[in-house]
Amino acid sequence: MNGRRMGEEVLEVAGLRVVARGVGTVLVDDVGFALRRGEVVGLIGESGAGKSTVGLAILGYTRPGCAIEGGRILFQGRDIRAMTPPERRALRGASIAYIAQSAAASFNPAMTLFEQISEIPVRHRLMTPAAAKVEAIRLFSELELPDPERFGDRYPHQVSGGQLQRAMAAMAMAAKPDILVFDEPTTALDVTTQVEVLAAFRNLIREHGTAAVYITHDLAVVAQIADHIMVLRHGRTVEHGTADQILREPREPYTRHLVAERLAPHRYRADIVGGEPPLLELQDVVASYHTLPRVIDGVTLDVRRGDTVAVVGESGSGKSTLARVITGLLPREAGAIRFRGETLPPRLRERSRDQLRRVQMIYQMPDVALNSCQTLYEIIGRPVRFYFGRPRAQVRARVRELLALMDLPADFIDRTPPELSGGQKQRVGIARALAAEPDLIICDEVTSALDQLVGEEILGLLRRLQDELGVAYLFITHDLGTVKRIANKVAVMLKGRLVAAGDTARVFAPPLHPYTELLLASVPEMRRDWLDEALVGRQRTVAAVRNAQIELAQ
Amino acid sequence: MTVPVRLFGHRLTLPALIGLIIILVNVAAAVGAPVIAPFDQADIVGDAYADPDPQHVLGLDNLGRDLFSRLVYGARMSIGLALIITCLSFGLGVTAGFAAAVLRGWADVLLSRLVDLLLSMPTLIFAFVVLSVLGTALPVLVVTIAVLDAPKVFRLSRALAMNIGALEYVEVARLRGEGLWWVIRHEILPNAAAPLLAEFGLRFSFAFLFIAALSFLGIGVQPPAADWGSMVRDYRDMINLDAMAPLYPAGAIAILTIGVSFVVDWMLAIHARGQGEGA
Repeated sequence: MNGRRMGEEVLEVAGLRVVARGVGTVLVDDVGFALRRGEVVGLIGESGAGKSTVGLAILGYTRPGCAIEGGRILFQGRDIRAMTPPERRALRGASIAYIAQSAAASFNPAMTLFEQISEIPVRHRLMTPAAAKVEAIRLFSELELPDPERFGDRYPHQVSGGQLQRAMAAMAMAAKPDILVFDEPTTALDVTTQVEVLAAFRNLIREHGTAAVYITHDLAVVAQIADHIMVLRHGRTVEHGTADQILREPREPYTRHLVAERLAPHRYRADIVGGEPPLLELQDVVASYHTLPRVIDGVTLDVRRGDTVAVVGESGSGKSTLARVITGLLPREAGAIRFRGETLPPRLRERSRDQLRRVQMIYQMPDVALNSCQTLYEIIGRPVRFYFGRPRAQVRARVRELLALMDLPADFIDRTPPELSGGQKQRVGIARALAAEPDLIICDEVTSALDQLVGEEILGLLRRLQDELGVAYLFITHDLGTVKRIANKVAVMLKGRLVAAGDTARVFAPPLHPYTELLLASVPEMRRDWLDEALVGRQRTVAAVRNAQIELAQ
Repeated sequence: MTVPVRLFGHRLTLPALIGLIIILVNVAAAVGAPVIAPFDQADIVGDAYADPDPQHVLGLDNLGRDLFSRLVYGARMSIGLALIITCLSFGLGVTAGFAAAVLRGWADVLLSRLVDLLLSMPTLIFAFVVLSVLGTALPVLVVTIAVLDAPKVFRLSRALAMNIGALEYVEVARLRGEGLWWVIRHEILPNAAAPLLAEFGLRFSFAFLFIAALSFLGIGVQPPAADWGSMVRDYRDMINLDAMAPLYPAGAIAILTIGVSFVVDWMLAIHARGQGEGA
């Protein structure tokens, strides 16, 4: 550990205050913590809580338009705020390094990984290029990247998302910094990849005795890695304590709420019994893009009235494509889709207005799913006018009714989406879908762009609407927590095929399909020893999945 | 650097305010030319090359016409023509661009290749050929420049419509079963308005300079009608006589171009800000 003493204080932040220049909004106010060598502090909070702002402030940096207005940021006793720009530049990358959420956006696609990873130590004249390369290879093998000797010769697009995220950790570690700032480094990864990356990060921090700040919105993730946890909300500290204390005995109501939400027991919904024919039937459906054959490969699935069917899988499993095939945006190649007993034409254009009305969609990103130039009256009212041809006054009354159903104030009717919060926008998206009075709503990752508590509210709303209106949901998601809470049936997708389907309770109970088991075992739990346990069982499951995939291919 | 004046709900920057004032003064001169100008543009009111006096604030030109009056009428001609040309080229370019983006397939290929063909020809030479053959009547001039300008508008509007067309709210409209025209009118156009407006300002400046260039070469606006480009050409020899005459129309061209650019920059800055995450 080249003479570094464990437990020595490397960073002290006190009374930190960051404001947005011009408007004067306070982004972070009076935040303070200390970081010792070998220690990890987790910063937890919803979006807008100021986590990333604090993370960047540690590097003496703010986003454009913001300014650090008060407080101290002492790195080994020297105040970063008082440093000259060249001094600060010498510090960044070399002594304090940053790992961003999106590795894909942080690497230059025109340079090999070696070039980019050795850039910091070489530029800061800490190592010769040859030494930097040796160090990079050592880091690659520590991070369990495949073929460490040659891994760095590849370009960023030639490695997977999880590998790139680890390469980013290698880049940050290349100059042997004293502090690492992780900003949501696993949020963009699939759940099964997240486990590996998380384990790699933890080992790296432990072996090098580096101090780290770990920013995330997921308490279960931070439970695996942090010694101390600081909960932020609206730019202020809500609670700060050891990881055990925060997770087991949270003191503040807000923290308790966060912890309780994550620990909420799952009540599997019982299957709806009824002899009526299914609302939507998919039979051996096959679909391809021109460049990718058989993205959906022989999918058979039923949705009954009042059902909530979850389609789960990792990115690239074809779950969103399945939604496109059902709605007709992507015409199916083979197989049949029947809706209320009648066959739906493959193409959107061949479907009748009534067929279109009965299947509606809600999207992941309410920002791009709502036209920001239109008022809520236009957005929600258009389906009412389009499908039912009602006069203007009645449309307005119906929009008000729908807003009330969404728990949105009636005077929002003349607002535009940019004037709403993320959760409110998602409610508008739901209202627009309901305006068509559909039988089936396809929900494509509707909560994944929202904060945890806001997402919970949306799920609660969807459940209430189902009870009141009897609408069926096809729920596309990668979040198994959501599935367990809301779905009575589940379909697990892997590479365009269904590997398991049926009642949620049955699919998620032994005997599990190996892939289902892998997915379930990869969902972080709030226990501090979860990661170690997960890693133990993992290799066997991964091997079983590989075998299952070979079987599928045959 | 903002001033407490708002336009379209956004605060004006100082350059934008200056630009706006320049544009308003020019437009006022163009619209009110018969009232503002003391003489007609073609009237010979005194000796050639006469120096300025209280009746003729900028003096007289090579034929004895009042320079100030010609400058004011020149604004009317130059700005009026540029505005008509820009509107025409936008009508053509935006319609074709949006249609190509939404229809895709062969319509897109056909329009895009046609545009490539037009873009591959040097505009000034193309205009020279057309105007020499068809004559220099104003309608011919207007249509020629508009057609030459439309491909650039086409490229922008096609790219904008392609980007907006990929967003989910357009998918929602398609899933609802909306027609092509409705999608273009309600979903794409309002979201493309800001960059198109900025481009409009830019294209206006170019059309304006293009007319000036053609007039300077003698194939633009024909005498005795005054336009700033032909005024520069007509008076260029007066510079030898120590007269400021050619500098007035040249300065007017420069100032209006700068004014429009200021406002366009401000619009582009607002648009770029709007492109950030969320709102």
